[in-house]
Amino acid sequence: MSTLTASVPAGTGDRIALIRDKALWIRRHAFKMVFDAQLGHPGGDFSAADILATLYFGVMRYDPAVPRAPGRDRFIMSKGHCTGAIYACLCAAGYFPEAELATYMRPLTRLAGHPNRNYLPGIETNTGPLGHGFPVGVGIAIAGQLTGSDHRTFVLTGDGELQEGSNWEAAMTAGHRKLNRLTLIVDRNRLQQGARTEETAGLDPLDDKFRAFGFHVEMIDGHDVGALLAVLGADPAGRDKPLCVIANTVKGKGVSFMEDNVSWHHGVPNPEQFAQAMKELI
Amino acid sequence: MSAAPSTAAGRFDCRDAFARTLEELAEADSRIVTVVNDSVGSSKLGAFKKRWPDRTVNVGIAEQNMVGVGAGLANGGLVPFVSAAACFLTGRALEQIKADIAYSNVNVKLCGQSPGIGYGELGPTHHSIEDLAWLRLFRELKVIVPADPWETAEAMRWAAAHDGPVFIRVSRFPVPALDRAQPTFAPGKAEMLRSGEDVAILANGVMVHLALAAADQLAAEGVAARVVNMSWMNPLDQDAILAAAATGAVVTVEEASVRGGLGGAVAEVLALNRPVPMEILGFPDFCPTGSVKFLFDRYGLSADGIAAAARKAIGRKVRS
Repeated sequence: MSTLTASVPAGTGDRIALIRDKALWIRRHAFKMVFDAQLGHPGGDFSAADILATLYFGVMRYDPAVPRAPGRDRFIMSKGHCTGAIYACLCAAGYFPEAELATYMRPLTRLAGHPNRNYLPGIETNTGPLGHGFPVGVGIAIAGQLTGSDHRTFVLTGDGELQEGSNWEAAMTAGHRKLNRLTLIVDRNRLQQGARTEETAGLDPLDDKFRAFGFHVEMIDGHDVGALLAVLGADPAGRDKPLCVIANTVKGKGVSFMEDNVSWHHGVPNPEQFAQAMKELI
Repeated sequence: MSAAPSTAAGRFDCRDAFARTLEELAEADSRIVTVVNDSVGSSKLGAFKKRWPDRTVNVGIAEQNMVGVGAGLANGGLVPFVSAAACFLTGRALEQIKADIAYSNVNVKLCGQSPGIGYGELGPTHHSIEDLAWLRLFRELKVIVPADPWETAEAMRWAAAHDGPVFIRVSRFPVPALDRAQPTFAPGKAEMLRSGEDVAILANGVMVHLALAAADQLAAEGVAARVVNMSWMNPLDQDAILAAAATGAVVTVEEASVRGGLGGAVAEVLALNRPVPMEILGFPDFCPTGSVKFLFDRYGLSADGIAAAARKAIGRKVRS
């Protein structure tokens, strides 16, 4: 699609610096939204921020002026509760003006508690209940196979979310059909709403599970932008399998008192905590 | 286009009309694909698959994934017809239908095969008597319950042309082709098949021809029964319901639960606008073991049963 911006080749120092800047911007704005609304899921916003920034500022091709261009790369935020991060990211990518971020969770806002494709450009499917994004991503990838479109499809799930069986139905289809232009990214922060994943319904060895389902698996530091860029930016034509990126992350990444602390799944900051976080997010 | 008889003389399995019409549509529009849960045979899609193997997306026995994949195919510019036994399509994947299809408002056609008690002796796990109550709640999702092969084919053609989500029931219970003077498919409209001012019988799906037979019985007794084909559950034709209420007594008949389906929908309209005596025919609970015919008869889903319900409703009219 000529209207779509091709992603910049991976690996340049300037690109990595830009992505880091955008990730910081996403974290600061997501947290401000959560603070103002006194609602949200900031821990998961922070674990996903570097992944989102890498996709939108280093990997994906899209045009915010033509949000449903047929040849666009698709991103699905299957962990739909982390709206602070995805809204801040879409705003940074040019889908809507920055002033609108202040409406987060307000009555009748487009920036709802969970993303709605009919409210906001850049959202591909309405998520919120877990285990929904991956099957939809599989369908988008099959459509690419059937129509000969070269778009890529990226789905970001939480790790606790993988306890939903629908993901494994989708994984079977993706592996069976060798959907090489499909990438599943797992935000592996090891915390779900109530406790550690491994204390709740253990997922390890997660890489073996996806390999067994027919995926090429990469396990990387989900906050290492260089690694994210290299793995996510690699040409999928070189693969005959779908890609699963297990991004090892830290819930609450970037703010000392939030990191790896389950209470920040949907905890919201008081003024002192907000001020402290803003000092650290620089 | 009429379907060839596949059962007893003069009776038709609506799946034949479904499959043939889908082929006709797919021939004209390369965007049309099917999505199935190992349900090629039960959906009578063998010929479709043979002709278009690539356009037959079989995800295996995985209904949540099937519906999500349908939403994704629509996102990618295709027009998916997701076809599976109604019980599994709507029961197993209800949250996907809610979030991925209706709330997301995407161009996916859901085809509920062998709905109601079509699987007879296989029992309530395989019956789909809940689907109408569940799915009529979603305003975005158009819900159509065709009465015969002609209406099944027309509903399919309309669904393919409509940009948005649709649910169509595709019955396997053999029904006669309804005798229509001027067949016209009017989206969102009920179809008055027989006029009458003593009582109105509102039916959908395979119950419609039984309602007509009941009206014949009643006519022999001097009772003029209106028969209305309420194939559209969503949107609901409120005008037709209110016009039916002018007879002073209403009977609803559906191959579904007596709670929340056509009877519930009509009761809502009447209670809010024009209360009249009403009888609701359908299934009161999970069904015991029995053939389709046995269960229909047991719960009054027969010409005799419908006529009896009509007499009862007439008897409850307020005398002035």
